[in-house]
Amino acid sequence: MNSSGPAIRIEGLYVKRGSYQVFNGLGLSVPAGALIGLLGPSGCGKSTLMRAIVGVQKVVSGTITVLGSPAGDPGLRRRVGYTTQAATIYDDLTVRQNLGYFRSILGAPRSDIDRVIEETDLTDHAADLVGSLSGGQRSRASLAAALLGSPELLILDEPTVGLDPVLRVELWSLFRRLRERGTTLLVSSHVMDEATRCDRLLLMRTGVILADETPNGLLEKTSTTTAEDAFLALIAGDKRGLSGEER
Amino acid sequence: MKPGRTCATTGRILTQIRHDPRTVVLLLVVPSLLIGLMAWLFSNTPVFDRVGPAMLALFPFIIMFLITSISTLRERRSGTLEKLLTLPISKLDYILGYTLAFGVLAILQAAIAVAFAVWVCGLTIKDSIGLLLLVALADAVLGTTLGLLASAFARTEFQVVQFMPALIFPQVLLGGVLLPRAKMPDVLYSFSDWLPLSHAIDALNAVANDSEDAAYIGGKLLIIAAFAVGAILLGSITLRRRTS
Repeated sequence: MNSSGPAIRIEGLYVKRGSYQVFNGLGLSVPAGALIGLLGPSGCGKSTLMRAIVGVQKVVSGTITVLGSPAGDPGLRRRVGYTTQAATIYDDLTVRQNLGYFRSILGAPRSDIDRVIEETDLTDHAADLVGSLSGGQRSRASLAAALLGSPELLILDEPTVGLDPVLRVELWSLFRRLRERGTTLLVSSHVMDEATRCDRLLLMRTGVILADETPNGLLEKTSTTTAEDAFLALIAGDKRGLSGEER
Repeated sequence: MKPGRTCATTGRILTQIRHDPRTVVLLLVVPSLLIGLMAWLFSNTPVFDRVGPAMLALFPFIIMFLITSISTLRERRSGTLEKLLTLPISKLDYILGYTLAFGVLAILQAAIAVAFAVWVCGLTIKDSIGLLLLVALADAVLGTTLGLLASAFARTEFQVVQFMPALIFPQVLLGGVLLPRAKMPDVLYSFSDWLPLSHAIDALNAVANDSEDAAYIGGKLLIIAAFAVGAILLGSITLRRRTS
């Protein structure tokens, strides 16, 4: 395995959902060991991109290489952790029972259960049925399941949605700690403020990557001071660029 | 395939059901109540001894079909199935995990129903009660595996409930409960030979009346098992890791 290569490399990705063409030859690269934010409005294709990287999305054509193997390769199932936007965890089991089940499927060490419960701040709720938890607690339980077995790459779809600001800050500091341990994280969000906490940003709109920059680089390039303004500036610039080509 | 993952899945499903005591009680008690109702309804006639054995096939079969198809559909809809399929679990592990979990419940359900029918309702069983229990159990497992398969073709809870009249009722009508199979029109008779429930009812009647030898009952059990294995294999083929 070439450890200096990118964690994710996508070339010429075409994806259709129903009759709608989500990606038209999308390409991108995610460096290993970095915390990458995938930002964009709801419906821009963030979840579809993440599904494609995890290997559960049917793709028309294109290559997706994840940690040196094609996306969806059975060898990746232990190395990539994934959470969907809706918490995918059993409501009629306790947090600990859920984690116990996913742990035995992964073959991860037993001590992992306590570790991930602590990391996601669920110690007080470990014995509660997931169905009785709040939305934010459920999504943290789902995140805890993805942390089992310490995967090298984490694909997290909107993990901070619906959380209060304090918990959001705590989760982002958890993501940074994981990155310092050498984990690569791709975290999607539609909250633009979260951009500043990432090493690099992928800004996405209608299935197109508008920018692939560091947060500071993005602000400098667009001469703006907030991620939200930078996003608006990029859309405006994109439109001008297109009309220029047409002439 | 890894036995550890199959058993972990079975344990997980049984733990989920344990958290829902009402379902457990309904599952274990309702077939016996229905059989008791039948016995009472026909108490002044010889009918119960004729249809009673078939009831031991019908109720567990239908209930296990419904409960399995709905719980696996729920797992598809909630996204936990998709999450599981991104993990190192084989599709067969998953399906077998479900079959075993509901198989355990089916054993309990069939045991209670048989005991109730024989000792409370006075159903006459000429051959061994153990054999009767075995056939009833094979039948409940068959219901489980068909339910697993049916849920693969349903996208909503409404659809999966419609599968019951579509897949189960014809088997009940042609299974020989309403009319002995030998008296059916030829076309329907040969069609009923292709339905697994017909063989289950044949086997239960044979045990109750001690009318056939062990080889006949063994043959019927093999047919039921073949349908169950077929449903498990088809079910794991129809599971897709990648969806659009």
